[in-house]
Amino acid sequence: VNRALDPAWLAPAAQAVGVDRTHESAHLHVAGAAPYVDDLPELAGTLHAALGLAGVAHGRIIDFDRERVAALPGVVAVLTAADVPGENDCGPVLHDDPILADGTVHHAGQPVFAVIATTRLAALRAAATAREVLRIEPLPAHLTARQAHAAGAHVLPSMHLARGDARSAIDAAPHRLAGSFEVGGQEQFYLEGQVSYAVPREDRTMRVHCSTQHPSEMQHLVAKCLGLASHDVQVECRRMGGGFGGKESQSALFACVAAIAAARLQRPVKLRLDRDDDFMVTGRRHDFSYDWEAGFDDEGRIHGIAATLISRAGFSADLSGPVMTRALCHLDGAYFLPAVDAWGHSARTHTASNTAFRGFGGPQGAFLAERVVDEIARALGKDALDVRRLNLYDHPDVSARSTTPYGQPVDDNIAPELVAELERTGRYRERRAAIAAFNATSPVLKRGLALTPVKFGISFNLVHLNQAGALVHVYGDGSVLVNHGGTEMGQGLHTKVAQVVAHALGVPLAQVRVTATDTHKVPNTSATAASTGSDLNGKAAEDAALRIRGRLVAFAADHWQVDPAAVRFQDGRVVVGAAAEMSFRELVVAAYVARVQLWSDGFYATPGLSWDKETMTGRPFFYFAYGAAMSEVVVDTLTGEWKLLAAHVLHDAGRSLNPAIDIGQVEGGFVQGMGWLTSEELVWHPADGSPKAGRLLTHAPSTYKIPTANDCPAEFVVRLWEGDCRAETIHRSKATGEPPLLLPFSVFFAIRDAISSVAGHRMHPPLDAPATPEAILRAVEAVRGVPA
Amino acid sequence: MATRPIRFLHRGRTVEVSAVATTRTVLDWLREDAHCTGTKEGCNEGDCGACTVAIGAPALSADDPNAVDGLSLTTANACLLYVPALDGKALFTVEDVAAADGTLHPVQRALVEHHGSQCGFCTPGFVLSLWVAWQRHAARGTKPSRQALADELSGNLCRCTGYRPILDAGEAMLDGDVAPGRLPVETLLGALAALADDTTFVHTHAGRSFVAPRTLDAFAAERLARPDATLLAGATDVGLWTNKQFRDLPELLFVGGVDALKRIESVRDGDAAWLSIGAGASLDAAWRALVARWPSLEDIWLRFAGTPLRHAGTMGGNVANGSPIGDAAPVLMALGARLVLRRGDAERRLGLDAFYTGYMQNRLQRGEFLQAIEVPLDGPGVLPAVRAWKLSKRFDCDISAVCAGLAIDVDAAGTVRAARFAFGGMAATVARAHGAEAAAVGQAWSEATLERAMRALDADFTPLDDLRASARYRRLAARNLLRRLWLETRLDAPLRPHETTVWHREGAEA
Repeated sequence: VNRALDPAWLAPAAQAVGVDRTHESAHLHVAGAAPYVDDLPELAGTLHAALGLAGVAHGRIIDFDRERVAALPGVVAVLTAADVPGENDCGPVLHDDPILADGTVHHAGQPVFAVIATTRLAALRAAATAREVLRIEPLPAHLTARQAHAAGAHVLPSMHLARGDARSAIDAAPHRLAGSFEVGGQEQFYLEGQVSYAVPREDRTMRVHCSTQHPSEMQHLVAKCLGLASHDVQVECRRMGGGFGGKESQSALFACVAAIAAARLQRPVKLRLDRDDDFMVTGRRHDFSYDWEAGFDDEGRIHGIAATLISRAGFSADLSGPVMTRALCHLDGAYFLPAVDAWGHSARTHTASNTAFRGFGGPQGAFLAERVVDEIARALGKDALDVRRLNLYDHPDVSARSTTPYGQPVDDNIAPELVAELERTGRYRERRAAIAAFNATSPVLKRGLALTPVKFGISFNLVHLNQAGALVHVYGDGSVLVNHGGTEMGQGLHTKVAQVVAHALGVPLAQVRVTATDTHKVPNTSATAASTGSDLNGKAAEDAALRIRGRLVAFAADHWQVDPAAVRFQDGRVVVGAAAEMSFRELVVAAYVARVQLWSDGFYATPGLSWDKETMTGRPFFYFAYGAAMSEVVVDTLTGEWKLLAAHVLHDAGRSLNPAIDIGQVEGGFVQGMGWLTSEELVWHPADGSPKAGRLLTHAPSTYKIPTANDCPAEFVVRLWEGDCRAETIHRSKATGEPPLLLPFSVFFAIRDAISSVAGHRMHPPLDAPATPEAILRAVEAVRGVPA
Repeated sequence: MATRPIRFLHRGRTVEVSAVATTRTVLDWLREDAHCTGTKEGCNEGDCGACTVAIGAPALSADDPNAVDGLSLTTANACLLYVPALDGKALFTVEDVAAADGTLHPVQRALVEHHGSQCGFCTPGFVLSLWVAWQRHAARGTKPSRQALADELSGNLCRCTGYRPILDAGEAMLDGDVAPGRLPVETLLGALAALADDTTFVHTHAGRSFVAPRTLDAFAAERLARPDATLLAGATDVGLWTNKQFRDLPELLFVGGVDALKRIESVRDGDAAWLSIGAGASLDAAWRALVARWPSLEDIWLRFAGTPLRHAGTMGGNVANGSPIGDAAPVLMALGARLVLRRGDAERRLGLDAFYTGYMQNRLQRGEFLQAIEVPLDGPGVLPAVRAWKLSKRFDCDISAVCAGLAIDVDAAGTVRAARFAFGGMAATVARAHGAEAAAVGQAWSEATLERAMRALDADFTPLDDLRASARYRRLAARNLLRRLWLETRLDAPLRPHETTVWHREGAEA
């Protein structure tokens, strides 16, 4: 019965994939009945932790009045770095992330001590005395990436991606442009803040309920800080109230503090951050500074690009290395760059350590390409879309203009036809003409338009992370339980995996339940990140389900003496050739009695990947996801206010597993990316010699503005491209988590287009991101000065 | 004075609470004491809406826009609501929305069917905001427009969906039979009547007190007796003192129990009519009354905080608090408003433009309080053209970098007869731009005059750099707002609002 699976046995099953299905928890979300970590019933004796933060960007800890904090009402314990039983480090890659500051403070929001108290309020109150009880001698600080880079301060060696002789290509090109600009960072602003609840268990073991995208890493880091083995620590996550990358590595500090306190006090300890502390302690999307130079011909075709990208890594490496790798691997956008010379520097600043955020450097890389083509078009007096189309990758069978700078052929390229389709359905040319007419007669308001393409590589750059495991149990009543290594943060991963399993077993979706991610079930998992959640875990769960199905087929074929190919599963029924027909449940009961194993593990490793990080070449991506968006905006040239009038999106989800969920990812990514590039501005106290220098000033939703319902455009047309994924992905679907974040480049460049119209498109508006009203008005004023 | 437990309706029964701190928030009470964890904490400062709940109280007037058959039903941020403030009210949370047998409410069904939740953490807050709108519309047989829904949801942040499916759900939620989802208003009003109490309510805990007089005279007497007490209305600012700064507030004197302070009415004083806005009237009610008279104020009404904050906060609180970036004062100054101040039995009146003396400082005397704001409705104090514009990074629920209240009277010959230009965000207090006004008054309303006024504005204010904007932007944008006013009010070829602002809504009044 347990012989190897032959896929040829498997008849096509009922359609459970490729259809709209509501999120598996939607009925719970709307009733407030979906528990998040802080909603779990608290065990008797539960204590609460809060963190005392440094308040100074860089300095030496001279004194800490621990007694004063310990004497405050409700305080049970006060912990510092000296109280960490194992290693005081929660760094995901390098060991440069202290859980609690040890001697030196590296950023103003760095936790120095933890207060454990009987109530959360008592803990917060006591921790809030940090600035009074800590004496920190200030040291010189680097507060911007450019400043740190100039001083040679980096968290990692610089990276260099090169193809051909960019210098000569630029010098020999008929036209040359150069520029510098900045793109700001972005707070994840998951609605559920960071939270961990650690419960001591028998024999020094520890269980941690943690809002995390990476339970395995939390397990390893908690074990390390407690001086335990991985099997001593169990980490569980049923769902997150949003992650967006912010709970990939940076949930660790909180899991570790809760676990250290729980281990020491042998009481359950919960650490749930106040929103302001969450902003100040954790890192965000890296802001980038760019210097670039490009050579191009009369038509606008790029001959060569040289670029320097400097990211604000913050005080430690965290994931800044892989983020820069992805940035460099995406600075081509959807365009063929014959010659490239690009440097990536991860600058060490005395600010929170920046980390993963949806797109993971990809958006910061691709933004450069769009900036360059935008300026080439303006320099040549051409429509930007014409220059964009001219530079798009070709198909490999058409020309050699189809290989990325890192050597991966773009063999699944659909960008040219996708862009052409959106140009047509969005009525780009008619809009362009209407906008020109509007702008000619409108003295204050100016409209702008842009259509930008997306090409995004799918897979972790680091090859070995591209693996996943799953467990599928079939119970005697025919119900199915699935567990896999991916985490649910709202993206609908559990829904998609349940669909895949239901499809594989031919049972109704309602018969499949997906359970909390748990390191005791599937071990050694990768983060749910890099958009790979359903690609990896869907395949692993399918593998497990197909193994069970294979056993059921073999059993039925043997039992009823029919050809295995005649055993079919559909709609919860099983047809065994002409011999029998029964419910799935009846077959399961019969198989159980015959002692057939009704549960299985499953495993998947993405094939064909390679990456040489020394030469920055290889085939890091299983496939590319494509998309395009067209945005039309109106800008007020007196105030810099602007509004998105229309957005049209065409996005490639391959053969979508669940179009409703994928549309949700596309729309959500669009609006989130729009926030990044427009209203979401991070401001730090400037280096003015005061102790406040380097403190984040925008540390709450009162001061940091993510989009609201009124920012969703009235005309918002989002469609999925119809076409299979060329790579053999789960049911030929494509990942949709990150790529849509790049779609609202169209919003930014439409704003720039509107500003540009003020001077008849004769000057490149010096517009950085985020394009706040102030940034827009500054750019308007700059181009206004251009003589007609 | 009644010292007794706090009494309110929750989950279909009367709850009595005694042992809570005077500043314990309804959010903490729900999650930690009542073990109702459906209501979420996202920010604990009233800006994200994850903790949105609904509050019901008997409607004070027949034309209460929030009334659902006599029950005034509004959203509130549970994180900025102190438990004692619930006394005599009904509290509704996400646990109350589905039927007792678990059948989802039409609002919940619509959200499920339109894929309106992803991570689900903000969802209970959206459910409550939509549910309140649903109850209002179901009672009247109306449906909200998509624009009205977006405005309704201005206090709810969602980081996952991009809002489109939530708005779709809102448009569809009233499609079916509304009868099963409606509140049993009569039963609720009966239960609330049983909680009514005409005497001053006092809640004490751990030596701290919360005092809620019910009449204006009682309030005035308490204010005189407790001059150091913290005045509490919507707690939209005071709540931050306790939630974020952990400040100790020994005495709270609550405005919200005095119905007389919530009155908004026309009063006559001599020959002139004035709109009197009681200091306890909600921001939403106050703005609504102003917009009824000056439709050009609609934008600033809808952009003032988010919907739940506008229902909780008061215009009196905004004015008395005196923040230089409060959006009510510049508009009221432009309208020529005056304040009614009361101390014991004595009343006095003071122009709003003379009220502020420095950063968060004003002319209130010890034991005195703001009783009402009066806005001239006719007579020479009324300038015909009124505009109010705020500049911020986001349209909804943001704090202004600059807020301008501008009023001007240009005669038929094109001469400026009078002008009031008031600005927030430009100085330590909201203030009038006397130099710019002087440059305009008596002059032809020409571009040359405008430019003189714009230059004068530079001398009127010395704004600061902060996280919202630089001083440079504030100066430039404030000047440009004067230009916008001129473009719209010049006699020769004035521009219409759809030509001067990106926010103009189709079909909206000029």
